[in-house]
Amino acid sequence: MNLQAEAGRKGGPSDAPVSKSDLDSIVVRFAGDSGDGVQLLGSQFSQETALAGNSLATFPDFPAEIRAPTGTTYGVSAFQINFGSRLIKTAGDQPDVLVALNPAALMVNYKGLRKGGLVILDSGAFKEKDIKRAGFTIDPRLDGTLKEFRVLEIDISAQALEVAKPFGVSQKEALRTKNLWTLGLVSWMYDREMKSTMEYVARKFGAEDPIGKANAAALNAGHAYGETHELSGDIAPVSMPSVKVAPGTYRLVSGAESLAWGLAAGAQLANLEMVLASYPITPSSPILHILAKLKQFGITTFQAEDEIAACCAAIGASYGGKLGVTASSGPGIALKTEAIGLAISTELPLVIVDTQRGGPSTGLPTKTEQSDLFIAVFGRNGDAPIPVIASHSPGDCFDVAIEAVRLATKYMTPVMILSDGYIANAAEPWLIPSMKDYTPFPVTFRTATEGFHPFLRDPHTLARVWAKPGTPGLMHRIGGIEKDYNSGNISYEPANHQKMTDTRTAKIANIANDIPEQDVALGEAKGKLAVVGWGSTFGPINRAVSNMREKGLDVSHIHIRHVWPLPRNLGALLKSYDKVLVAEMNNGQMLTLLKSQYLVDAKSLLKVSGQPLKIEEVSSAIRSLLGSN
Amino acid sequence: MNVTVQTEVGQPDKLTAKDFASDQEVRWCPGCGDYAILKAMHKSLADMGARPENTVFVSGIGCSSRFPYYMATYGFHTIHGRAPAVATGLKLARPELDVWVVTGDGDALSIGGNHLFHALRRNVDLNILLFNNEIYGLTKGQYSPTSRVGQRSPSTPMGSIDSPAEACTYALGCGARFIARGIDVQAKELDVLFKRAREHKGASFVEIIQNCIVYNDATFAAFTEKDVAADMQLHVKHGQPMLFGRERTKGLRLNTQTLRLEIVVIGENGVTEKDILVHDEKNRVLASLLVALRPPSFPEVLGVIYCDQAALSYEAAVVAQENEAKAKGPGNLDKLMRAGNTWSVD
Ligand code: SF4
Repeated sequence: MNLQAEAGRKGGPSDAPVSKSDLDSIVVRFAGDSGDGVQLLGSQFSQETALAGNSLATFPDFPAEIRAPTGTTYGVSAFQINFGSRLIKTAGDQPDVLVALNPAALMVNYKGLRKGGLVILDSGAFKEKDIKRAGFTIDPRLDGTLKEFRVLEIDISAQALEVAKPFGVSQKEALRTKNLWTLGLVSWMYDREMKSTMEYVARKFGAEDPIGKANAAALNAGHAYGETHELSGDIAPVSMPSVKVAPGTYRLVSGAESLAWGLAAGAQLANLEMVLASYPITPSSPILHILAKLKQFGITTFQAEDEIAACCAAIGASYGGKLGVTASSGPGIALKTEAIGLAISTELPLVIVDTQRGGPSTGLPTKTEQSDLFIAVFGRNGDAPIPVIASHSPGDCFDVAIEAVRLATKYMTPVMILSDGYIANAAEPWLIPSMKDYTPFPVTFRTATEGFHPFLRDPHTLARVWAKPGTPGLMHRIGGIEKDYNSGNISYEPANHQKMTDTRTAKIANIANDIPEQDVALGEAKGKLAVVGWGSTFGPINRAVSNMREKGLDVSHIHIRHVWPLPRNLGALLKSYDKVLVAEMNNGQMLTLLKSQYLVDAKSLLKVSGQPLKIEEVSSAIRSLLGSN
Repeated sequence: MNVTVQTEVGQPDKLTAKDFASDQEVRWCPGCGDYAILKAMHKSLADMGARPENTVFVSGIGCSSRFPYYMATYGFHTIHGRAPAVATGLKLARPELDVWVVTGDGDALSIGGNHLFHALRRNVDLNILLFNNEIYGLTKGQYSPTSRVGQRSPSTPMGSIDSPAEACTYALGCGARFIARGIDVQAKELDVLFKRAREHKGASFVEIIQNCIVYNDATFAAFTEKDVAADMQLHVKHGQPMLFGRERTKGLRLNTQTLRLEIVVIGENGVTEKDILVHDEKNRVLASLLVALRPPSFPEVLGVIYCDQAALSYEAAVVAQENEAKAKGPGNLDKLMRAGNTWSVD
């Protein structure tokens, strides 16, 4: 049985508050034209919200086109934030508030809004041609389209133009302050300090720049608008208490940031300098951008001519005794596979980051999916296993990256990190780690010439020695041709190939003894149902399982980080449940892996719409499997 | 077997050609031009005072790409066409190493054309040796991107119909700043090219005409055979008139009407030595004319055709930027992660 997840499934509890009295979290979705600055609006509001001490999760949802024609539905850019006074695990199934800066943004997003939710519209953008262009035949404000929602119309465009006028900026620049005017209003609604945004504006434009002044004025004006209109009863400010979390210093972090920093941290812990070789690709490029600014950390970045060259250059760097890293997304990973095989055959450390997106082929470049599990675990010619580690949230990428570097250097192997477009772009509050809390794992290079050959192995890890060029007396040749087990020279001997294949396989399989056993993220280690996930579905699965447990259902959540090799206790753990449900954003890849490894009769909840899994979709699958409707 | 060559006081010995030969049995076909190139390289490296531990040979796939196995240096036999990319990564990681790339016409100009282009235009300090035998040897004789029109091969039974790539013309178009050409069996000349290539800071491109005795024997005979060599080979030297021929009376003259090079004979039609073009290896325009000359209408141009070193090679520029960044103090991850907007929870 496959429970196909659908957006908008009706009924059942969700993450959203039902009434004002239990308002411990709220989901706001900002949407507008790709030129409206919605992502900036969203990320600044997230920043203010984080600084106010709320828990939060965000979901930037942007179009593939950089600047689609104005007013089109395919040019709509959106940013969703779920924040609250309790621990927030997802960006929210259904927005409570939709801010639509044009008719197209309304068209694309109003159906997802909670019944009774609030729509804030920029009425200045609702000219007849804009409405038609968005695909409405009749003005949606007049024909009952929005009758299930509360609607607040403000001519934000006119307000922004008015505010910006005294600063002598162009009409176009004046209109572009719309996003900050809106941010001012929303900041008032949720009682946010605007200081960090003011600082951002000053930093970006400089204190004396008229455009900067216009933006700052727009921010203040939006806030003032809220204050003066409060009495009318249209909108009321909501104050959200801060969440109880572990003490320490926090920041907002995106998956791309924490992954890049984790790689830098891993290299430091390994006592290595790093060479990151990459080719621009959505949604992986931010990793290259971030690391390019970290030259003072002994990090060299190289924008290669293509994905293949990027992987090859990283391998060349590893051969030279540095940590070679390459980062990409599905189509790029496909191109790198031959080179990854070379790193497997020559047993060189290499970290490959796959920020997954919708596939196959070019697929959905800006949308999220988890469909590269097969290519990560199996996608190479020959018997070519590598460790694969999946990160489950933006902040988690830091530890995953460190773990990848540890395994790559300790076992002399490529390691693939699976992130995805959602994790890379979303931000979450993050308890900033301290480097002193991590145990270093410095690399030892071979220098002794006595008895040396390049495929001498550590008897425990089976890792070969790492001898770098420049070391006297250790000159050696390696390559993609099979090597003699006892000398490292070329060998075509049948028995030797069997032995080398077995050794490479055993080396990777053995890593199962060097990683944590599989834990249960929520619930008991046995029972009626385990929902198994991996990667960015952690939030919705965890919240759904928590909601269902509150309703008395016997369900647990298992979240797999080490995708390959799998934790050694996982098979036994899965068998301790009557039923297993694998929830993932692909057509059944982890499902197939678990079935083939453990002969477990798992069910699946699969979704490949390019949108994150919803809590309600998981809850509904749980109810259905436990016969509790 | 790996031997450390050190004297008792720890001073490196003067090495000989033998010290650069690995203990692996060479497996090219008997009579293959690769043997001569390998031998020349062993000797050249010894003469240059290169150190085996600081020398790396990186290759792709093909007959020529087995080269690293026969060198007692560091070596990396990579995958088809990708040697320039692997070598670029290595050079970025370890700029101080002497990195040689050995490739063939299929490896460098077909599957790896893109990587060769970018290694050359970036000007990575690599010595790239392209063994051109105008055939795919290792896969048993298919025509290659440098095969001439009409080449019969298993994949072109009626003769090849695609127009061949010209290695040196390609390199020049890619922005290479060192371009040279030699012939497999001309060890003395190769020795000079290897030394010049190694001295040149930046990408050095050397095309080596190499005879594949099994699948394309004598394809270069029109200019390599003893009886025609003098008339069909022009060995250029910087600052010297471009003369050739048994009596060294033939030479190249620039026809200023047509902007073309033409062959003239001293003593005929009033031509004197003054009319003969003098080779200027820094002149890119001249280089573009020279690389376009091919037998049979012109002699094969050999020697250093173009050499104009840039201020900085690619990896040196990378290091310069990194040093600039490091001058502001070493990176501190704890500080980096705490920069910007943070908040504290007690
Ligand atoms: S096939 Fe040709 S190029 Fe290859 S080793 Fe034999 S003779 Fe040399």
